[in-house]
This record gives sequence, structure tokens and C-alpha cells, in this order.
Amino acid sequence: MSPLKRVAYFFGLPILLIALWWALSFGSTNFFVPKPVELAQTLWTTWIGPRFFDDVLPSLGRLAVGLIFAIGLGIILGLLIGSTRWLRNLLEPLLEFFRAIPPPVLVPLLMLLIGVNDGMKVAVIVSGAIWPVLLNTVEGVRAVDSVLNDSCRSYGIRGFARIRYFVLPAVTPQIMAGVRQSLSIGLILMVISEMFASSSGLGFTIVQFQRNFAIPEMWSGIVVLGLIGLGLALIFQFVERRVLHWYHGLKEITHDS
Amino acid sequence: MTASDTTVNQPVTTVPMLSVRGLQKIYKVPGGDVEAVRDLTFDLAEGELVCLVGPSGSGKTTLLKCISGLMEQTSGTVELAGSTVTGPPKSMAVVFQEYGRSLFPWMTVRANVELPLKNQKVPKAERAALVDAALKSVGLDHVPKSYPWQLSGGMQQRVAIARAVAYRPQVLLMDEPFAAVDAQTRADLEDLIRTIWKQLGVTILFVTHDIDESVYLGERVIVLSSSPTVVQEDLTIDLPAERDQLNTRALPRFMELRSHVYAEIQRAKAGPVTEQITAQRKPH
Amino acid sequence: MRKQRNAAAGPQAKALGLGISGIVLFFLIWEATPRLGLVSDRYLPPASEVLVRLGQYLTEAAFWRDVADTMTSWALGLLIATVAAIVVGLIIGSSRFLRRATHTTIEFLRPIPSVALIPLAVLIFGTSIESTLLLVVYASFWQVLLQLLYGIADVDAVANDTAKSYGLGRLARVRYVIWPTALPYLMTGLRLAAAVALILAITAELIIGTPGLGKQIALTQSGGAISSMYALVLATGMIGVLINLAARIVEKRVLSWHPSVRGEVVL
Repeated sequence: MSPLKRVAYFFGLPILLIALWWALSFGSTNFFVPKPVELAQTLWTTWIGPRFFDDVLPSLGRLAVGLIFAIGLGIILGLLIGSTRWLRNLLEPLLEFFRAIPPPVLVPLLMLLIGVNDGMKVAVIVSGAIWPVLLNTVEGVRAVDSVLNDSCRSYGIRGFARIRYFVLPAVTPQIMAGVRQSLSIGLILMVISEMFASSSGLGFTIVQFQRNFAIPEMWSGIVVLGLIGLGLALIFQFVERRVLHWYHGLKEITHDS
Repeated sequence: MTASDTTVNQPVTTVPMLSVRGLQKIYKVPGGDVEAVRDLTFDLAEGELVCLVGPSGSGKTTLLKCISGLMEQTSGTVELAGSTVTGPPKSMAVVFQEYGRSLFPWMTVRANVELPLKNQKVPKAERAALVDAALKSVGLDHVPKSYPWQLSGGMQQRVAIARAVAYRPQVLLMDEPFAAVDAQTRADLEDLIRTIWKQLGVTILFVTHDIDESVYLGERVIVLSSSPTVVQEDLTIDLPAERDQLNTRALPRFMELRSHVYAEIQRAKAGPVTEQITAQRKPH
Repeated sequence: MRKQRNAAAGPQAKALGLGISGIVLFFLIWEATPRLGLVSDRYLPPASEVLVRLGQYLTEAAFWRDVADTMTSWALGLLIATVAAIVVGLIIGSSRFLRRATHTTIEFLRPIPSVALIPLAVLIFGTSIESTLLLVVYASFWQVLLQLLYGIADVDAVANDTAKSYGLGRLARVRYVIWPTALPYLMTGLRLAAAVALILAITAELIIGTPGLGKQIALTQSGGAISSMYALVLATGMIGVLINLAARIVEKRVLSWHPSVRGEVVL
């Protein structure tokens, strides 16, 4: 595909849609739907400035901390539970139940146990984002290749070395799949915890805009959330491609044959 | 090492490198026990290349897993240079049939070969030398940075062999290593094994279902019965020490030995056979 | 064959036993913690109290009304999302041009968190069921659509070309080539969407205040009826488990005739 065609496909539909939006909203005085130019302006004025430091950055900070804990704990616990058969059997039904609890209902619960503070918001994120990583890791550890396992045993690769050179790399594809889900759950919970119980932060700000009928600002907040979601997805893609380059190569070859 | 007639078991005057005595494996299965291996007794002297052949279902894999310490036997002993094998012994290496699954796909060829040595804390310089030599001996010194899955099946198996060679084991166990490889590659790999064996003087136990391969490679061929397995025959291969695919396989003696093994396998397939077996039949 | 199945019976029963004891252990710890004073029983009532309250709820009409509200928006939203996703998915999937053209738009829209629409929903629909539906449909739509697109991408190009060469029009190709290949993926998408739909339904009720279990949880928490709150949390968990189970059963049934039940394509 020629570069020109590639660019056309990349930008074509989005540009078309934006043009359509601009045309349709041109002369309208609709209260609910902002005009493209207006939205862009509002985006700039609302979010570049003190609000960025007072609301956006702290929110992202909590998200980052929550995700790091969720992923870290998820991997460590997942490795532990996955490797010990009796532990896995003991915990599996319990874990299945916990993961089925819709994470948002934990917001009031954690608010009760921890109070309304940063710790609670981080806890909310962890309580929802840990499950995909944890459960995927357990599943991955279970399914490590038996021949590779025998090779390790035969060459005396045990304990920490075994985890470092064998188990962890082998489970990484599953971990990454879990992390991807964790990222979106984490973002959702970050917003929910701020919409429900907070006096600052991105979610709170957007709800405030809505309550005060500051419509273009509200839309701009939605766009910011979308951009954050997109940003996370891109970062993830970048990291995943590097960490799993061997996996993609392997899949390509086995898929072709 | 070669005798002019086929005899069973050379008289042992020194401690054998590998000694299997009365190896038995019973699988506990609800609905009855399954005796996969009944009684295996044989020795490998230091530096011998012995092939193990048997019909399918003769417990070859079970036997190899017990000898390599990957599985615990029900009774009997396995000794490596005089010490009992309870878990995977340090001076033994195994090359598996499924080469694709025995190599780490996230490591390069070089890293794969290096890992067991790294794990043993062998100093870096020595490690590098061993790895280089091993890769050279299997003919893979031009692909150290490749990943296993980028290589052909034969080359992947060479990586696995290089890994075992670099490890410098006293005993090398090979579990039908060339079964999943095409005939031409198999021929090359067979010759590779003999070359490495002569270079390193390592003791090799080579399990295969390919009769021709067992006769071509081995100094001795041990024929297994079908399950419950015992040693059906221990045959000395008195072919010349210098072997090659074209000429050796055309020798009349090769044909004789080959037919003999074939006949033994057929006999094995017909049912449990040595004098020590009672007439009682186990359900399969 | 029978021997192998019998061989599994022992360890399987053992695993089940351990699992059940895990649950029992959890409840024992939950019971003991507030009673021993490790956590104030104002914030964490003992398990027995909560379970009793849950039992009471199961006899109350108001509780079942809330369950019905939640499940209605869940089911309706899921239905709308699925139909829309199937239509859109088949249209996009059946044409290479459309697939390429829509790729960036989809990749841009899909990470947008559904909760971003909450203010919009409140603005337009207030606290009526449409608010909930907006969120549920939006989130579920993407789950189903993406899996469906993966499935369509997996269609054997040779089979498709063969169909084309035999003069099968687009509709016929969709029916005989694309649909059967994409079906397992669709089932996976439905299973994921079912879970997501529940989450969004509860979220909408929790935050916006549309009637349902989520709203009740918020009310019990702010009203100080703590045991009730925990009981409702348990109830939503159980509903979640039931939905997961039902989804898996449906998946197995629908795909039982399918020669290759594919594994989940992890996004």
C-alpha cells in the first residue's frame, strides 16, 4: 500500500466525520452539542492551566499508583497461587466470586473502610484492576509447557532462576493481556471514585461542569478522558510490542505453517 | 569394544557409568494399577553409545523419565557413576523429541545454550568458550543471535544438542530426538551425534523407535519388550567404528543385524516374552 | 477412555473440596475479624449479620424490584448493543475497504471509557432508564464489535475467494463463510459484554441514581445501613457469578457443534 493511501485510510474517516459535525452544527444553537471550533477552544482554555495541576495530574498520579500496585500484586500473587496446586484449588472459587463483583460497588464499601482520601481512591483502582492480571497469571502459570519444564528440571534450573528465566517470560503474554484489561478498568474506576466521592480530580470536575450546565466544558472533559484512554492504549501497545517481540515472531511463524 | 559374535552384557570390571537395576514403574489408576515397566536391568560402560528400541507402548518414555530423575520409579535403582539417582542428576543432560518446546522461545540461540552453565555459575569467559565450541561442533556458529523459532526443525534440535554438549554431562539421554525431523535431516543429525560422541567421549543412551537408526548409531542395541516392559535382548553391534550413511547401511552385516532387531521387535509386539514373566496377562 | 475419566474423579473431588473449604474459611475469617475487634464492626459487620440481612432481602419485594430494574437495563442494553454490533460488524467486516477505512476511528473511539458519558447521560436523560442504557449499550457494543471483527479477520481467505468465484454474493458469503467462522468469537464477545453490561448498569445506578441495585447500595451506605450495604454487595457478586456461568453455558451449547471451539482472543 502506497504511503499516500495509508495516510488516506488513517485520517479519512475521522476527517470526514469531523467535517460532517462541523457542517451540521454550523448554524445551530443546540444547547447540548458543541461546535468543533468551540470545543477545541474550550479544551484549550479549560484544561491548560491551574486545573491541569490541581485536578488532572493528581488523578493520573492516583491512576498510576493504583495500576502499579494492581499489576505488581497481581503478578506476584498470580505466580504464587498458580504454582501451588492446593492453594489454587483453595482460592479459585473465592477468586471467581470476587472478580464477578462489579468493581464500582466497592466504592461505597471502601469509602466506609478507609474514608474519603487518596488511599481510598487508589484502593478502588487496585480492587478492580488486580483481577485480570491475577487471574490471567494464575492461568498462565498453570499452562506452562511441560517439555520446557522438564528441560529446566533436567538442567537443574530451580527456584528463583526458574521463575526468572522460565516461568515469568512464559507467562508474560497472559500477563500483558490482563494488563490491557486492567488499564481500562483502572481508568474507569479512577473516574467513578472521583464522581462518587470526591471534591477534586478529573471525574469530580467533569461532574461539576455537568451540574452547572457548563456544556462545552463538560464535553471537553469527556474528550480529555478519551485522550487519556487513548494515551494509555498507545503506551501499552508500545511496551507490549517490545516485551513480547519474541511472542509475536513465534506466532507469525506458527500461524503461517 | 566390538566383539566378533553377538553376546549379552560385557563383563563389568569397573563401575559402570549408568546402571539400571530392576527398574519398575506402576501407574496408580483408579480401576486398577498399570504396570508400564516391569523389570529393566542393564548397564552402560563409560563412553558407550547404546540404543534402546522397542515397539510403541513399550514404556520408552517412562523409562527415560525414571532414568533421568524426572519421574520416580516404583522400585529398582538407577545409578550414575555409582551414586543413586533420586532427582535429575547434575552430570546428566536430556535431549527431548519436541525440540520446539524444549528451547526457550524468548532467548536467542546463544542464550539458550548458555543458560544451564549460567545457572551453575560458570565464570563468563569459560562459559563463552564452551558455548562457542558447542555451537561450532553442531554447525550453528553462524546463528547465535537468532531465535529458535526462526530456525528449521533440524537446526532447533542442533541447538538442543549444543546446549547438552556445552553442559559437559557424563551421560547424555536422548528421547527419540530425530523422530519429528525429516529423513535427510535425520541422517545428518545421526552422523552429528556420532561425531560429537567420539569427540567428547560422553556416554549416550539413545532411545528410538527407528530400527535402522539404532543399528547405525549404537555399539549396543537393547531391545525392549512391550508393556509391562523388560529387556528382551541386549545385542552388540559389531559394525566398524567408522560409519557413514551410504556404505555402512549397505553392509551385509548391517542387514543381518537390522533384520535380527526387526524380528525381535515383532516378537516383542506379540506379547510379554522372557522366562521370568509369569503367564498372567494384564489388561491394556 | 473410561480409565482416564475415572482417574480424574479423585483429584477433581479433592479440588472441589478444597474450593469449598476456601469459601468457608473466608467466611470464618470475615466473622472473626470484627468480633475480635481487628476492624470496627461499624465498618465491617460480622459475616453472620450480613448473611442474615441478605436472607431477609431475598424475601422482600423491594429487593426483587431493584434486581428486576438492574437486570432489565442489563438485558435491554445488551440486546441493543449486540444487534447493533452484529449489524455494524458484518457490514464493516464484509468489505476490505471498510475495514481499512474504519480502523483508526475504531482504535480511537474504543479506549474512551464509558464512564465519560455519565455527565452526558445525566444531561440528556436524567435519572431514567435511558441513562443506564446509554452507558450499557456503549460499553457492550465495543466488546461485541471488536471480537466480531477479530472473528471476521480470521475467515479463511481461500474459502472466501472460492465462494466469490462460485458467484456467491455478499449476503450469501456472509451467511455461509463469514458467519460460521466468526460465531465463536461472537460468543466470546457476548460473554465479555455480559459482564461489562452488568458493571455499567450498576455504575449508572450508583452514580446517576437510576433505580436498581446500584442505587440501593449508595443509599444504604449514605444512610448508615451497613449490613444491608454488604448484603447488597454480595448479591451483586452472586448475580455476576450467575451471569458468567450462564454465558459460559450458552457459549458451550451454541458452539457444541462447532468443529473448533476457539480460545478467547485476548484484546
